[in-house]
This record gives sequence, structure tokens and C-alpha cells, in this order.
Amino acid sequence: MPLAVLTAWILARCSFPGHAALNAVVHLPLVLPPVVTGWLLLILFGIRGPIGSLLHAWFDIRLVFTAAGASLACGVMTFPIMVRAIRLSLESADSGLDRAARTLGAGRWDRMINVTLPLAAPGILAGAIVAYATCLGEFGAVVTFAANIPGETQTLPLAIYAALQVPGGEEKAATLSLISLTLAVLGLLASEYLGRRLNAALGR
Amino acid sequence: MTLSIRLRHDFPGVRLDVAFEVPAPGVTVLFGPSGAGKSTIVLAAAGLLRPAVCRIEVDGQVMADTETGVWLPPEQRRVGLVFQDAKLFPHMSVETNLRFGLRRAPPGPIRFDAIVELLGLGSLLRRRPHTLSGGERQRVAIGRALLAQPRLLLMDEPLASLDVARKAEIVPFLLRLKTALRLPVLYVTHDLDEVGRLADSLVLIEGGTVAAYGPVAEVASRASLPFAQRDDAGALVECRVAAHDVARQLTRLEGAGATFWVPLLDTAEGSACRIRVPAREVILAGKAPDSISLHNVIPGIVRRIAADPVRRTVAVEIGLPSGALLARVTPDAVARLGLAPGENVLALIKSTSIEVLGGA
Repeated sequence: MPLAVLTAWILARCSFPGHAALNAVVHLPLVLPPVVTGWLLLILFGIRGPIGSLLHAWFDIRLVFTAAGASLACGVMTFPIMVRAIRLSLESADSGLDRAARTLGAGRWDRMINVTLPLAAPGILAGAIVAYATCLGEFGAVVTFAANIPGETQTLPLAIYAALQVPGGEEKAATLSLISLTLAVLGLLASEYLGRRLNAALGR
Repeated sequence: MTLSIRLRHDFPGVRLDVAFEVPAPGVTVLFGPSGAGKSTIVLAAAGLLRPAVCRIEVDGQVMADTETGVWLPPEQRRVGLVFQDAKLFPHMSVETNLRFGLRRAPPGPIRFDAIVELLGLGSLLRRRPHTLSGGERQRVAIGRALLAQPRLLLMDEPLASLDVARKAEIVPFLLRLKTALRLPVLYVTHDLDEVGRLADSLVLIEGGTVAAYGPVAEVASRASLPFAQRDDAGALVECRVAAHDVARQLTRLEGAGATFWVPLLDTAEGSACRIRVPAREVILAGKAPDSISLHNVIPGIVRRIAADPVRRTVAVEIGLPSGALLARVTPDAVARLGLAPGENVLALIKSTSIEVLGGA
């Protein structure tokens, strides 16, 4: 998440050569079929891939077909959603407040921590919750990159899908769907409640 | 000690090219129509906008000089800026807002308690900015800027978004600041009343250039400026309350080497005040009339005569021993009285036409 905030801030506030390229790369997982994203991850982070082989050799970390791998896939898939939400709230923030902070002697990081981020808190929260919900529902990229190993890399929809493939698995699928539904509703309620609290604190 | 600003910047279709030097400390008002470039000067002085050519010096310290490549960023400049809409941080209390600059500034002479007292902020400290009125918000913004221990305070139309009552509520605080803190202040406005009450120096900005600058009383009564042809033009005179005549319900003021009678004031004898004599209220005469209700018959010498062919009026600058008055008359009056530079003339002013602006 800090990475998403940083990226959003760079995209919102800085202009530099390669701005458009960075923007495109960040948004790629949103427009690519998830299976393609998963496959690209497999190529990059696989045991023989350029990044995966280094991780394996140096830290003995294996991402493919592990829980960490599933998290990575989820993270990459939801990254653009989060960046978009945060960037929007950063761009809609009053730049006059940033200027005021500058004339009061606050440097770049000081302003980021004490002015920009607190004001963008509702956007960051919204981004995080939507990203979390999307994570729970992630299917294509996970199944391609981390496979479908029960108890390790199985996300909810993967489990539901697997249950439906087994004769008599409808009951299990229904239970899992109910869990999924509950989590989603709780997430939305929490986001609404926290959002309102935050906005009240900001005097909106 | 001076505040010296020189800058040039080309905007699409307009060039801003200004240079002026005024005494510091003191309140310097940048006056001119909207879009004349006043706010650009303020942003450049704060370091938030970088003009093509620019040199800014406060009390011998160079903050920016494009020739030598000096450019202090706003966070290192220690220049306080009060925006038109306070720009308080909405997620902080009034007190945290006030301390924002104080915490980040080197130790300085401006103390938290003193500012809270001076601006009457004591009862607001725990409140959130969105619960404050416009006038209260602006007072907090002024306090916040001052507590950052600025070397120069910039105020960009700080009262423009307030109604008349709220303005009247803040002006006394500004006057108190002026006497309590000896700080150079650059104040942008297009309200002539604020000029009269607050300015020590006046810089007239028109169409991206400086039309005139200097001590406010001198600039305000200069007949040759288009400024003198305004309907609300008038001379400013620094006065001392010489005596109260309770029996006649009058107060005698001395200023610019002349005597002015005004309706009885309740300020102490010996205290200073500033008066404004509207040009349209001044009658010119060759010899003193008798049996007239008027109290003020002030002898002077015609210094300059400037005609405004559009309005068909003439601005006449009347030199006093140490100052000037401004009269607006018709060309016919000038001809009938035979007015010419160097001639003696009497300025007749009703005591009720003189605006007493309070302590300067």
C-alpha cells in the first residue's frame, strides 16, 4: 500500500519524461486479461525467470505455487485500482494548502506526511477497501501464477469453482459464497463508516 | 532598511515589469485593478512563482536574484503569506494550525501567547477551522503566518472575501499588529478604504507596470496620476489631536502644517490619527468668504493642475507647508479663479466631510 500511495503521488504531482509510460505500466493489469498477467508473472518470477531466479538464488524464496505468490498476484492485480483511487483524491486536494504549508517552512516530505496524506485519507481508505475486495475475488492471475492448492494458494472463488467441479459440492460452494457475500457487505459497511468519520474529522 | 522588488515576467499576452523600493518595516499597499499583476508580485515574493527576471531583497537579505542565480525556495524564505481564503488545514485544530509554522521556524521574537492575545484567538484554540466564521478564519491565518517568524509578511487581499462588518472587525487587529510588530508587510488590495487605513507606502500597479510609488500621502494627492481622477480620490494627512473644544463640539487637528476642525472626537489630546479629505468635497476660493457654516479655510499654493477630458473634471493639487490636498473641480472653475501653478488659493472643507481614519 505505501508503494501505491507513492506511485499515486508521483503520478499526481510530478511531471517527468516517462510519466505516460509509468502510468501505462501501472494500469496494465487492469486492461490485460488476468490470465495474461498471471502468465507474465510466471515468466518474470518463475524459478527460471529473471527476477524469480535471483530471489531463489539469494534468499531461497520461491513465489510460484506458494501463498506468497498468490499474494503477489493479488497485489499486482489490485495495484492499479488503489493507485487510481489515491491519485484521484490527491488531485482533488486543494493545492493552496500545500502552498500554505510551504510558506510556513514545511519541506517536501514534511508536507507529504502532515498535509497531503491526512487530507487524502478518505481516498486511500476507499482504495484499500476496494482493493481488498478485489483481492478476495481474484481468480485468473492467481490460478495461472500460484495454481489452486487448497489451504495454500486457494482464493475464495477458486475454492467455490473447485467445489462446483466435484459432484455434491453445491453445499460447500453455497457456504463459501455466503462467506464471500458477508465479507463483501462488511467491507462496504466498514468503508462507509470510516469514510464518514474521516470526512467529519476533515470538516467536510 | 528597505524592501526592494524588481521583476519581469511574460504571460501570454501580458507583460509584467515592475520595480519599486519602499522603507521597511511598514505596510506597503499594492493597489490596482484586478489582473494588473499584484498577485503575481506576491507569489514571486513568496517564491511560489518564478519570474523570468527577478530580484527580491528584504532588509539587505537577497531572497531571489536571477542574475546571480539565487533562488530561495518558499520553505526556506521565511516569508509569511496570508491568502484571500485563509487556507487553514482542515484536519487540524486552530491551535495546531497556529503552531504549524512556529514548530518549523528558528526561535524568533513573535511569541504564541502574544499573538493569541493580539488577534483575540484565545477562545478559538480548540475549534476546528470549518466551525469558524470568515473573519475568525482570516485572523487565525494571519496569526499562523506571523508565528512562522517571517522576515516579510505578504497579504493577498486578506479581506476581499469578507463582508463590510467582518472587514471592520479585522482592520483594528491589523492596526494593532502594525504598531506591535515592526515587520515589513506587502498588502494587496483594490479597496481604497484599506489603503487609507493601513498603508504607509503605496505602489500603484496598472497594466503590469508601476504607475507610481512612494509614501501614501504623497502618492494619493499627486494630481498628475489617473488615480487622482477617481470618484473616490482624496488626500491623506497625518495629524495630531491638538485640542478638544467641548463647548463648540469640535476637535482641532494639526497636520501637514495646517489646522483642521472636525466634529468632536473621543481620542486623547496629543494622539496621532490620519484623516482623509475627499477631493470632491474640497471647494476652492480666491478670498475667504464671510458668514459661512464652514470651519476649514486652509491656505495653500496650487502645485499641479491635471484635466481629465473624459470626466470633464480637473484635479488640483494644493501644496500645504508639509503635505498636500487634492480638489476636484470643473475646468470652468479653474478658468474663473485664474488658477495656475504657484498661485495662492484657499481650500474650503466642511468639517463633516473630513474622514477620521483612526490611529495610523
